[in-house]
Amino acid sequence: MITQLLAASQPVPAGPVVQWGWLTITVANLLVILLMVVVFVLALLLPFPAPREDEDR
Amino acid sequence: MSRAPTSLRPEPTEPRRRPAHDTWTAALTRWVEGLVPRGQWLPERQPVYVASWIYVFGVACLASLVVIIVSGLVLSLGGVAWWHVSTLGHFVNSVHLWSVELFFATMVIHLWGKFFMASWRGDRGLTWATGALAFFGSLGTAFTGYLIQTNFDAQWISTQAKDGLNAAGIGAWFNVMDLGQMMLWHVSLLPLVVGAIVVVHIVLVRRRGVAPPIGATEPSPPGAAAAARAAPTESPATLATRTGVEP
Ligand code: HEM
Repeated sequence: MITQLLAASQPVPAGPVVQWGWLTITVANLLVILLMVVVFVLALLLPFPAPREDEDR
Repeated sequence: MSRAPTSLRPEPTEPRRRPAHDTWTAALTRWVEGLVPRGQWLPERQPVYVASWIYVFGVACLASLVVIIVSGLVLSLGGVAWWHVSTLGHFVNSVHLWSVELFFATMVIHLWGKFFMASWRGDRGLTWATGALAFFGSLGTAFTGYLIQTNFDAQWISTQAKDGLNAAGIGAWFNVMDLGQMMLWHVSLLPLVVGAIVVVHIVLVRRRGVAPPIGATEPSPPGAAAAARAAPTESPATLATRTGVEP
């Protein structure tokens, strides 16, 4: 319990950042944004599975 | 917003007596009945252009929101000490955090999709506006969530935010360093607000139907066939106004 509380109170390091001029962003946040753009592009390009035929109901 | 028909039920054989003075309860009943007319409740079929992954993100966002709410309720049951020290508490805390990550990622991809399709076309402006409100409401909910972690992260964020809000001149209205206040904002006030906005957003989507991609034509008023089946007495003209599509 004490060790867990101590662990919970340890600051988590912010991690590496990248900088372009005025813009500073953590690598983690940059990766998440890039991943979102990739998912967006894939959503536009990948074919959607064909719908179930239900004409014969 | 166009007025909905008062009732979708076929006229009773004995006509309902109309009171000389319309009561608010009767008016409310008619409003609730017309809110999402039968036939527009859940989609039975969709136009062909909806068969695209980009139309999945609204529902993915909604599904993440459900996981957020359920895991948040479990966190409230256990309380602060529980989510810091127990293994199960850690797990539920992580489920809550990661469903929030998924919620925001899917919400923003949904927003991009709707933006580049100009999905506010066809009388869907209010759908866009409620979406934007849901976005800003969610930002506030996520922010207060970070404030109530009860760790050094939360302490750092709250002191920075306090300075920022004071600099913006709005710091007198709420105290981001008051844990009790922020806890209540996060677990009751803001979820209620976001939940209500999302309900209105979804109701609007059901009423207006899904926006067609630019250049595509809407095949027929969404839900029109089902609505016609539910209320055969209704004229096609009313159907068209209700769904915001010109006849
Ligand atoms: C809590 C967040 C949100 C949820 C749960 C949500 C959910 C949905 C769902 C399920 C749809 C049906 C169509 C589809 O999925 O593509 C929809 C449509 C729509 N959303 Fe959202 N949404 C959210 C946030 C937003 C935001 C931030 C915007 C933009 C500012 C937005 C704009 C729209 C518009 C314009 C439509 C109607 C057009 C259409 O149906 O294609 N939404 N939303």
